[in-house]
Amino acid sequence: MKIVQARRISQIFFFSLFVWLIIVSTVGEKFWQIRAWPVNLFLHLDPLVAIGTILTTHTLYYPLLWALITIVLTIILGRFFCSWVCPFGSLHHFTGYLANRNKKTPHKIQLNKYRSTQSVKYFILAFLLGTAAFPSIGNSLQTGLLDPIPLISRSFSTVLLPVADKGSYLTSVAQRFYEGAWLIFAIFAAAVLLNLVIPRFYCRFVCPLGALFGVIGRFAIWRIGKNKNECINCKLCERACEGGCEPAGQIRTSECVLCFNCRQDCKDDLIKYQTSKSLAGEITNPDISRRGFVLSLAGGVLAVPAARLSNKLGANWYYKVIRPPGALEEKEFLKRCIKCGQCMRICPTNVIQPAGIEGGIENLWTPVLNNRIGSSGCQLNCVACGQVCPTSAIRPITLDEKRGLGEFAHLGPIKLGTAFVDQNRCLPWAMNKPCIVCEENCPVSPKAIYTQEHYNTVRDGILTIKAVTENTIEFLGKSNSTNLATGDYYCLMQDGQHINIAANTQTSIVLADGENLSKMPSAGDKIAIQVRLQRPVVDIEKCIGCGICEHECPVSGKRAIRVSAEGESRSSDRRILPGG
Amino acid sequence: MSEQNNKNIGRREFFTRTAKAAISIGAAGVAARLFYDAKGPQRGGKAEKLVTLPDFSVPQEAGKTISVVKGSDRIKSVNKAIELLGGIKRFVKAGETVVIKPNVAFATPAMLGATTNPELVAEVVRLCYKEAGAKEVFVIDNPINDPASCFMLSGIEKAATAAGAKVIMPTPSLFANTTVKDATLIKDWPVLFGPLEKADKLIGIAPVKHHHRSGASMTMKNWYGLLGGRRNTFHQDINGIIAELAVMVKPTLVILDGTMVMMTNGPTGGSISDLKRADTMIASCDMVAADSCGCELLGKKVSDLPYLTKAQDYGIGTTDWQSLNPATATLS
Repeated sequence: MKIVQARRISQIFFFSLFVWLIIVSTVGEKFWQIRAWPVNLFLHLDPLVAIGTILTTHTLYYPLLWALITIVLTIILGRFFCSWVCPFGSLHHFTGYLANRNKKTPHKIQLNKYRSTQSVKYFILAFLLGTAAFPSIGNSLQTGLLDPIPLISRSFSTVLLPVADKGSYLTSVAQRFYEGAWLIFAIFAAAVLLNLVIPRFYCRFVCPLGALFGVIGRFAIWRIGKNKNECINCKLCERACEGGCEPAGQIRTSECVLCFNCRQDCKDDLIKYQTSKSLAGEITNPDISRRGFVLSLAGGVLAVPAARLSNKLGANWYYKVIRPPGALEEKEFLKRCIKCGQCMRICPTNVIQPAGIEGGIENLWTPVLNNRIGSSGCQLNCVACGQVCPTSAIRPITLDEKRGLGEFAHLGPIKLGTAFVDQNRCLPWAMNKPCIVCEENCPVSPKAIYTQEHYNTVRDGILTIKAVTENTIEFLGKSNSTNLATGDYYCLMQDGQHINIAANTQTSIVLADGENLSKMPSAGDKIAIQVRLQRPVVDIEKCIGCGICEHECPVSGKRAIRVSAEGESRSSDRRILPGG
Repeated sequence: MSEQNNKNIGRREFFTRTAKAAISIGAAGVAARLFYDAKGPQRGGKAEKLVTLPDFSVPQEAGKTISVVKGSDRIKSVNKAIELLGGIKRFVKAGETVVIKPNVAFATPAMLGATTNPELVAEVVRLCYKEAGAKEVFVIDNPINDPASCFMLSGIEKAATAAGAKVIMPTPSLFANTTVKDATLIKDWPVLFGPLEKADKLIGIAPVKHHHRSGASMTMKNWYGLLGGRRNTFHQDINGIIAELAVMVKPTLVILDGTMVMMTNGPTGGSISDLKRADTMIASCDMVAADSCGCELLGKKVSDLPYLTKAQDYGIGTTDWQSLNPATATLS
């Protein structure tokens, strides 16, 4: 078997595996659901995730040790990951091939030549590592914006799979929605379509992970090069060069993605994957100037404090940034979140959404809860998001810890925020209508929403009695009320008793049977028609901010009960109650 | 001059071009005719085709309308309760398709009693297949929490599937709009119609639960789970909607499980301490009677639950369940 065939098989295998692992990031017990599938395989093999979090947290979270395999292999073999494993690379490889396959050889050679702008990716890498590096200035992990593995994971989870699932409901009962997914799609589509201009555009010019491999693969033991001096300089080897690394001349090792097309295309069999240097010479170092490197690094370092001038980590924090259960305190969270979208994919209720920039630019595509989207707020008996988080930005908590049971009883449940009743919108508070859907759906025991009974006289509800016969009271004039027989309407008698109304017309009411009437009113007396309301009140000490009330509120636009992040247990400065 | 003449088109080309132009003009005209809309959009948009739920009920038999069995073992007591009504064969015939509607509203484990007990569902599935020879048994609900999670966490999916039933998730295509006759609430409203359309029989199985708004959630309230849309608005008239649901659905049989009763914090519960043992299983062809009997387990009277009297007034059944000569049994 030729080596390029082996490469294609490897690419197809890893790409399929990647898609499969995204699909199985679904809560359930079937074979295509989560079970024990290693759904973070690619994210954990990604050394940019490991190095980025080392820079921000000064620790290596244990599953990220997998990245060491990639690093070691890259040091020995060169950028094998890009052409053999990376699913995003394979996608570019394939679309680039499709787009350019019918072009003439000189045109292809022209397309695949080296361009000095390929060094931009090194500046991007320096910038992103700069944002991560200096804790005293403030650090923020932003590699996930362009790191190809989080990028393609996010794109599949929040765009491609939901679109593929639409109407087919293969992996979900209901259509899944992701707020602002259009931007994720636009970037994904742009990255893919740029292959029509230059093959592997993203890999050559943008990819910070490729840049990292370029740097650590400089001393690779094996590398591509010429082993004979009989080259007629036909440049056929550059016809399908995926990295744009000029194997015909002095090969740029840091750009070579080990596609082996040059070896395949050389008619004279001059190009080998070998331990010795290329006879035509080689350039191992990335083509970057010290000045460019320093400027991009400094740009990254300064970008964080500049972004934080909005004070979104201080007094101006955005109350709609409601993080999933188990999320770390905000600063620590931003040191770990790589915006990969795994939590958004696994969340069975679809409540976890990619954030926009309202909570600060650093927040883009980090997970936040939007209780209006999805099948219900944050489900009480679910901790799926923390179990799949590759960097522990959301800790893998247990149900006991989430609910404050067992050994966590003294800590109490994890609170995501607090529900607030909007008394200007709530039906029993503002509109004299019974409701309490929020109370009904509150999953906490005892409920975090309780009700206060209140009788309110309906509009024009004070009536003068014309005549009384048994349980029927006729009154003077006409009542505006239509249906008073719902069980919620009462007649307030003169002695202060409330008697349920069983039936009514516009000129009379019938009182319910079996009520103990000490004294029936008589003609000329006044009675009041009242509605019995149960007005919801949030018990701030019990509320866990799960948002199920907000999700179920029948005031479906701006909900009459809404969760905001005050009182979340992960931060000490956003509490409402003293000591709690 | 001659050059210019050369640019003039020939006769043949003139005719071809004219013909093509004529066809294009004609096509534009035909398209305009096909899409022509003289009225423009009307208020209320397009009317959905309305469906009516089939009548699943079976003929009445005196003294076999409601049975009340005391016993702590759900499997034994449900078998006895159905037996007292004449056995499962009275309700399900060989080769029939049966839909079972448990209460799967919340994503909570079975032991918390917020959902129908999974073993109870499985036992009724088993009876339909093994005793009555049903062709197919489907289990349906449109839960409040995430449907997949509710069916999984409640244990109902696993138990029902193991007994041979098929669980149908409430996907949007299964809903169709219905209007209940003389209703004020259920008008042009989506219901989980797909599985019911082809079914021969419908069995409702509900636990007895406290419910702050309506007083109690039992077999009639269980039909709420057939509604789609933003059904929460109906809570403004909770008694009206429960009574209309009882008009909408004509089940073959309802089973009310009062083995463990949710006394407080309903309908979600969330704690074992919300439950109380009452060791009662009710099977009934009359939902109103079943719920009137069941509410006593919660310490409530018929007058505490106005929807019972409303449903009685609609002619659905009787609140005076004792008048039906209930078949009773006490299991050791």
